[in-house]
Amino acid sequence: MSEQIKVKMRGENVCVHYGEKQALFDVNLDIGTNQVTSLIGPSGCGKSTFLRCLNRMNDTIDICRVTGDLTLDGQNIYDRAIDVVELRARVGMVFQKPNPFPKSIYENVAYGPRIHGLTRDKTEMDEVVENSLKRAGIWEEVKDRLDQPGTGLSGGQQQRLCIARAIATKPEVLLMDEPCSALDPIATAIIEELIDELRENFTIAIVTHSMQQAARVSQKTAFFHLGKLIEEGDTEEIFTNPQNKKTQDYITGRIG
Amino acid sequence: MASTSSGHIVSSYEEELIELTRLTSEMGGMVEQLVISATDALVRVDHEAARKVVSDDRLIDEKQRQIDELAVSMIARRQPMASDLRKIVGSIHVATDLERIGDMAKSVGRRTIQIGGQRLSNQLYAGVKHMSELVLAQINKALDAVTTLDDVVAVQICDADEEVDALYMSLFREFLTYMMEDPRNITDCTHLLFCAKNLERAGDHATNIAEAAYYIKTGRNLPAELDARDDD
Amino acid sequence: MSDASMTTQHALQGQAAERRRRARHAADTRLRLYGIGAITLAIGLLGILIFTIILGGHTAFTQTHVRVQFPLTAESYNAEEPARSNWRGVIDDAMAEIFPDAVEGGNLRTRTQILTNNTQFFVRDAVLAGDYEVGDTVTLEVPASDPYDQLNKGVIKRDTPEENRRLDNDEVAAFDSLVENGQVSRPFNWGLFFNADSRFPEIAGLSGAIVGSFYALMVCFLISFPVGIMAATYLEEFAPKNRLTDLIEVNINNLAAVPSIVFGLLGLAVFLQIFGLPRSAPLVGGMVLSLMTLPTIIIATRAALKAVPPSIREAALGVGASKHQVITHHVLPLALPGILTGTIIGLAQALGETAPLLLIGMNAFITSPPGGIFDASTALPTQIYIWADSPERGFVARTSAGILVLLGFLITMNAIAIFLRQRLERRW
Repeated sequence: MSEQIKVKMRGENVCVHYGEKQALFDVNLDIGTNQVTSLIGPSGCGKSTFLRCLNRMNDTIDICRVTGDLTLDGQNIYDRAIDVVELRARVGMVFQKPNPFPKSIYENVAYGPRIHGLTRDKTEMDEVVENSLKRAGIWEEVKDRLDQPGTGLSGGQQQRLCIARAIATKPEVLLMDEPCSALDPIATAIIEELIDELRENFTIAIVTHSMQQAARVSQKTAFFHLGKLIEEGDTEEIFTNPQNKKTQDYITGRIG
Repeated sequence: MASTSSGHIVSSYEEELIELTRLTSEMGGMVEQLVISATDALVRVDHEAARKVVSDDRLIDEKQRQIDELAVSMIARRQPMASDLRKIVGSIHVATDLERIGDMAKSVGRRTIQIGGQRLSNQLYAGVKHMSELVLAQINKALDAVTTLDDVVAVQICDADEEVDALYMSLFREFLTYMMEDPRNITDCTHLLFCAKNLERAGDHATNIAEAAYYIKTGRNLPAELDARDDD
Repeated sequence: MSDASMTTQHALQGQAAERRRRARHAADTRLRLYGIGAITLAIGLLGILIFTIILGGHTAFTQTHVRVQFPLTAESYNAEEPARSNWRGVIDDAMAEIFPDAVEGGNLRTRTQILTNNTQFFVRDAVLAGDYEVGDTVTLEVPASDPYDQLNKGVIKRDTPEENRRLDNDEVAAFDSLVENGQVSRPFNWGLFFNADSRFPEIAGLSGAIVGSFYALMVCFLISFPVGIMAATYLEEFAPKNRLTDLIEVNINNLAAVPSIVFGLLGLAVFLQIFGLPRSAPLVGGMVLSLMTLPTIIIATRAALKAVPPSIREAALGVGASKHQVITHHVLPLALPGILTGTIIGLAQALGETAPLLLIGMNAFITSPPGGIFDASTALPTQIYIWADSPERGFVARTSAGILVLLGFLITMNAIAIFLRQRLERRW
């Protein structure tokens, strides 16, 4: 079934160094279009590092050095011709801790489109904000208090606001770095349902510590261990019948 | 295999997996014993022993319930993945099949009680006994395959089921001839034939157990051509 | 916790354990008492300080006034050209009316000294403001001169032997007669805030110093606030981590600890002598103070920038904000309360700074408030310094009063800092 999926992002021989320390070793991984790809593995295995390579968030760390090829629609994202700000508009990100700006709910969502000049007037902006909030499944809860601070929402609502903010810039790829780790199970379930819906329009890569979550939301799963990509494949296959012993040991809760 | 090479980080989980294996083997042993007893009672037309077989089946049902409960509770509490998941799901299958074999033995016991005074030809009993031995060997091997997770043996068992089927067919023809020879034999012969049929079905369940072992080991279902069995 | 789990159960019981527990509780109590003691000491010392200042300075907040009727006689008052009148004559006439016997005794001069030396100017201003004919009288509340003011406030004591007293018995009696006539009053001393400096304590005020300090602080703020924020932002957000930036960082921290008089010398050498800027001007004072305030603002700003949660930066970067957008849209607004607090505290420090201002001549004797940042002026602390140096009795109280005013401003500024912090930081 994976044959007809188009590759949205591709990493080839990706190595990442933090100063002297190598964090990723020759990772080759494809992110399929309109699929949810989950990256799992123990802490410090490099899954977040890889995710952050996909929108060059690692650029903000001085000592971080990325080698290898990372492409978005076949175009190398570390190419000089690529503007990192535009890249991040195309590859949005949702973080572990819900981090809305300390501004109004409206402003939170409107910020991205505004700085990228995606709308021409207020009406258009209103539409973008409403659509984004609707898509993030939080519109009904906040439509009457758009002018109130985003930080006043509950954790799960904040995270959905952050998702709305991320999709407001109409990215092609959505990166999620443990988006539910700070949330309770119900909020988590809502976000997972949301991820499943967002898959129609976005390509999603998600880092998660919860294997159950990876199993629930993703079509593809990649297992990282000590900076290496150990195994990747269909989620169903990885969670019922992994081929690699390390994967097996990790997902069954044995010391890997 | 990981489950044997290194233990879980959560030791109580590991203990539960071991307990599940132990329960399965225990149930396997009980079922084997019941099949032996049933066959023995049948061959000797020992109504007393047959009644014991019928009542002992309840112990096996009880064991199956235990395994089911443990498995369900583990699925609910541990969210098993990969090999563990297959092992737990496999154990449920194995327990179900073992319980069905127990039912078959019970059927044999019931029919033994109904078989009348005059004895049929020893040759017929010998045929059924032979069949029983063959099926028992199958069950035994299948249970071993489950414990040792031996997928090669599992395939062998599935192949060997054809032997049991062939034996049943020959017994069937034999019984048919016998009944045609003397219609007074029809009642007892029919009972005996059903017993043979029950044993043949027990053999099918042994095949299922072997398939479960194969699934636990490899995560794949045995190929369809090995899967030819009449399911009812 | 780990201790409890390591020791066995019986180790937590018994006599030894009881002893240990008691010793531990005693130690806890002791530590708390030391703390309370230290705080009590600090508050006590501060209280004594403020108490003595208030005790010494409270009298300067009122001022003895004498109500006098000034007759405008033909000899002294020039109705055609009022400005050319003999104002001293007018005063003499008024006092002669009050103390007829003094004219015979020949000590009218002494009597006129009951009123402040500047009375002639008060009379002149009052008369020129109105339209008076010869023969009219002008009634004025005139500040009493310093010795009589002090006598009225009880600082000069009547039971002191006459030879040791600033005023002899005759002078005291004269003043008492004024009191009996109900001509003496002691209203609130608005002059303290609205008069400029003077040789005469009864009419000396802080307005020159307050305006001078205001101008100096404004200059200081206008220089150090933008420069400080820019420098801190560069150091925190852009500067690479290398030896040079480390060196700059260390030096900024050291700069905050440089004695203020050194900045004064720098101002003297550079601003006055090389640039030739005007002496005693709030402009130069502000520039020198900004040198001192800069490190404080830079350090406070950097701390405030550091305190902005990285998640906010990530969030902004994540939606594709560029570096300057992250800083100007998110980081700086969030750091603003901290920056403002640091700035206000820096400015409060600058407000109280004396030494550098002395070196650039802001301790001059200036009798009118500065009209702008280029005019010669004093500042609050230097004014206090000048007054503390003056021999007149009245300046003792005014020095303390000046200190109280300065403290009042400092407390107000700190209160604003606290208010801003609480008000703005609640946003996240």
